Amino acid sequence: MVHLSAEEKEAVLGLWGKVNVDEVGGEALGRLLVVYPWTQRFFESFGDLSSADAVIGNPKVKAHGKKVLQSFSDGLKHLDNLKGTFAKLSELHCDQLHVDPENFRLLGNVIVVVLARHFGKDFNPDVQAAFQKVVAGVANALAHKYH
Amino acid sequence: MVHFTAEEKAVITGLWGKVNVEETGGEAVGRLLVVYPWTQRFFDSFGNMSSPSAIMGNPKVKAHGKKVLTSFGDAVKNMDNLKGTFAKLSELHCDKLHVDPENFRLLGNMIVIILASHFGREFTPEVQAAWQKLVAGVATALAHKYH
Repeated sequence: MVHLSAEEKEAVLGLWGKVNVDEVGGEALGRLLVVYPWTQRFFESFGDLSSADAVIGNPKVKAHGKKVLQSFSDGLKHLDNLKGTFAKLSELHCDQLHVDPENFRLLGNVIVVVLARHFGKDFNPDVQAAFQKVVAGVANALAHKYH
Repeated sequence: MVHFTAEEKAVITGLWGKVNVEETGGEAVGRLLVVYPWTQRFFDSFGNMSSPSAIMGNPKVKAHGKKVLTSFGDAVKNMDNLKGTFAKLSELHCDKLHVDPENFRLLGNMIVIILASHFGREFTPEVQAAWQKLVAGVATALAHKYH
């Protein structure tokens, strides 16, 4: 279970309040597909993923990114119970989607990079540390029901 | 061996030319010590690391960060022979310093995050992908002589 201090929760939620979830979602998923090209195998129905520009501009990537990050946003409301919050999604990703849980950690890293890019100096070491705890916690929660 | 296209090399060297190696190095090692506190165990002689601001302001952290990132600059000049370039450092980190190679990947992630926060818009998905290849290549090269 991930334990965040009161300051860490405040730092995370404070920054998250300024995040454009739709945009950041699309960017994070797009960058995952560009930086780790093997992840494209999970999205074969998405159409043109032939170049970085094609991926980033792809409407299905943006839509799915928005969906993923909205779910992440829900997780942030339940930092004390990530495993419970993501239990169903964990089963889905294991039983139906067959996604290697390592990819959750990769997406978490990409989310951190995107936040750093958007917030620059505001993404200071304390905020970064708190966020990295959260993305690791979400990745673990998503892997929790795997068998 | 990691292979870089001409475009990837251009993108990497292009960005590197604008990097303040001293500042970025200090920030990278500092953030590593904040985000992954167990890494502080390698730097017991550094003095006060009791809080994020103590760490980020610690002159020994900054000096060591500068040293580490200057060495990283060698990677940028020798992208076709990372293993050869880092052979001696690999032996040092294994035989004398006893550093778990996983920490090289963590530091690589820190470098990417800092570049994202400094360069904002310029840190496009292609630039990110090229840099993530480089930091992964350097981490592998530093682990190469481990036994």
